[in-house]
Amino acid sequence: MTMRAPSRSRAAVSSDLRRASPVRSGGAASWLRRNLFDGPGNSLLTIVLCVGLAYVVWLAVDWAIVHAVWRPSDRALCKTVDGACWAIVAEKYRVILFGTFPYHEQWRCVIVVVLIVGMAIVSAYRRFWSRWLAYAWAAVVAAVLVLMLGGVFGLQPTGTYLWGGLPLTLIMSAVTVVGGLPGAVLLALGRRSGLPAIKALCVGITELIRGLPLLVVLFMAGVLLPLFMPAGLSIDKFVSAQVAMIVFFAAYAAEIVRGGLQAVPIGQYEAAEAIGLGYGRRMRRVVLPQALRIVIPALVNDIIRAFKNTTFVSILGLFDILGATNAATQDPLWIQYAPEAYLFVFLLYFVFCFSMSRYSSRLEADLSAGRNY
Amino acid sequence: MKSAATPVGETRRPALQGRRSLAALWHSLGFRAWLYQAVAVAVVALIVFFMASNAGRALAMRGIHTGFGFLLHPAGFSIDETLLPFDSGDTFLRAFFAGFCNTLWVSALSLVGATILGCLLGIARLSSNWLLARISLIYVEVFRNTPQLIQIVFWYTLLTHLPVARQAWHVSDWLYLSNRGLMLAWLADHALAGRMAAALLLAIAGSWAWARWADARRRRTGRPLPVWLGTAALVIGLPLLVWALSGASMALEHPRLRGFNFHGGLVLSPEFMALGLGLSLYIAAYIAEIVRSGIQSVRRGQIEAGRAVGLSGFGLLRRIVLPQALRVIVPPITAQYISLLKTSSLGVAVGYPELFNVSNTIITISGHTLECVAIMGLVYLVTALGIAAVMNVYNHVIAIRGGRA
Repeated sequence: MTMRAPSRSRAAVSSDLRRASPVRSGGAASWLRRNLFDGPGNSLLTIVLCVGLAYVVWLAVDWAIVHAVWRPSDRALCKTVDGACWAIVAEKYRVILFGTFPYHEQWRCVIVVVLIVGMAIVSAYRRFWSRWLAYAWAAVVAAVLVLMLGGVFGLQPTGTYLWGGLPLTLIMSAVTVVGGLPGAVLLALGRRSGLPAIKALCVGITELIRGLPLLVVLFMAGVLLPLFMPAGLSIDKFVSAQVAMIVFFAAYAAEIVRGGLQAVPIGQYEAAEAIGLGYGRRMRRVVLPQALRIVIPALVNDIIRAFKNTTFVSILGLFDILGATNAATQDPLWIQYAPEAYLFVFLLYFVFCFSMSRYSSRLEADLSAGRNY
Repeated sequence: MKSAATPVGETRRPALQGRRSLAALWHSLGFRAWLYQAVAVAVVALIVFFMASNAGRALAMRGIHTGFGFLLHPAGFSIDETLLPFDSGDTFLRAFFAGFCNTLWVSALSLVGATILGCLLGIARLSSNWLLARISLIYVEVFRNTPQLIQIVFWYTLLTHLPVARQAWHVSDWLYLSNRGLMLAWLADHALAGRMAAALLLAIAGSWAWARWADARRRRTGRPLPVWLGTAALVIGLPLLVWALSGASMALEHPRLRGFNFHGGLVLSPEFMALGLGLSLYIAAYIAEIVRSGIQSVRRGQIEAGRAVGLSGFGLLRRIVLPQALRVIVPPITAQYISLLKTSSLGVAVGYPELFNVSNTIITISGHTLECVAIMGLVYLVTALGIAAVMNVYNHVIAIRGGRA
């Protein structure tokens, strides 16, 4: 409702009082009028959008559900029908999800996926944020290593060259984050240090890595790392890619952590110094807890990016989900229906990333609620 | 002001009174600062030395000679599509350059596409029409929450699964879309098209200068000039003038089906389109968010004040909202542009010959791994810094200037 001008006469006011009560703002009709049919231009836009949207949704449903072929045994139908051939997913899902891991050992992959996803969900709850969480992660890492490498407890040995699919993607993302965060904190602290040599070193490393494409960093690790190692020590593809992912994540996260360090009020640094804490304790007990708290949402966004970026390793010939899908769709019987397989992987990634980004924005709201500076 | 985190070497307190023993030296901040730095530098130097000596030994063992002399040797391979003419007799150096030109070409086109689409989506997010805002939100969420590489590969498989050239989808004989890519009718005189594009760039630069001059004149004399008229005349007129001076050739070259493929006209290969779509649609989602938050950062009071002095619609946007929003928008958008340039290296996944892809081929053929990786890395670094520098100049232009109203 608009404010009434004070100069109106008493008569006008009383006639206003007799008018119908204002439209309730909660009703569906009023909501529609305000948000969709507010004026002729907007109404026209709404109608055009509705028609367009209905058409697109109709086409999509028709293609993806009504005329789709679901069972691998109906592959011949895929040629004749005007619909999606989801049969390729039904036929190849084991390869897409678990890569070239021995078929009868894939139950180990399932456990690994459940463990990592479960731990990620537990870590999302703030009430579990304690040192026990770190111990639990350590236990999960040990369990994952045993399950994936085998060779003990009567498990068939399975080298990293057999790893693939979802477990590879999840392990690589988790190790990237767990290994990259300490590096990021060190780089950020170094960059804000008063010692010129250390500062120059940290600035140099951070900016060099951030100036290069991830693909180039991965390639350098894959090609140059073996060259730089002592003769006889061979580095496997998985390890070199993992090192590159960690370094790349650390360089980007370092800039976020640096932002957090800058946001901690200077009084906090001075107070910590005043009570006689040494550098290590000042940072560990006073500055970092506040700085990291501020940047957690931004860090979660970076973790999402690291998760998406694991697909890059498929270019180096590793069988992460994308690499495994590339391999699965090479089958001449199914090659025609590759787009459907990629759509499936697309959806899989969307579910992971979308839930993480929802979480990040909710966390941001939660964490900023109690802050008053 | 003392910087917040200068922990160890920040203050050089006077040496402890009395004995200057080793213990005092050990406890002095100045000495410790020096020691820490010396240790850090020594450790890094040792690691570098260790790695370099290992590499030297490995190279010597394999009998590989390092050096950049190979760059001038003939490459001996051909590149499928290049902006810069290239054939197998040309040097490795030229191959690098051809790859780099392709990187710039696909990045520049995607950058323009991403910016336009991103701005539209960002404005749509703020629309009073709920449906439009929702559609824009869904786009942003879908494209931001899936890996860019999967998007590129998906577009590529989609484009290569189109009908074969004989059954191409077409609009008369102007446009054909098949698994060989998009073919368009184009000026028969390809050099003319290049000259017209150059004229267009010149006209854009000229119209910027013209707008600044007109603005300065308005401030001096108080009389406004029709800036938009001049800009339109330049942007449309200059390319047309070039076309007229070059003989006003109307000849168009239409794509013709010969054998299994089309010949003539402008060809956009599936590789190029997949990479371009993947880059621009993904970055557009990020730009949309940046534009939205930029516009939202303009205070309501500013818009109301603009209305109060009689501005509305486009004038309000041009004079009040954009100048303030751009200050918030430009720095994060610069980061996106640099990211776009760097991720163009994903072209290797679909076989588009950009810098990374070509460098890979050169490594395979010449065997000079170290040199090629160094060149490739340096080119990406310098180009990223170049974009940052250009955007910094632009940021400086739109920033609040002290002293000038």
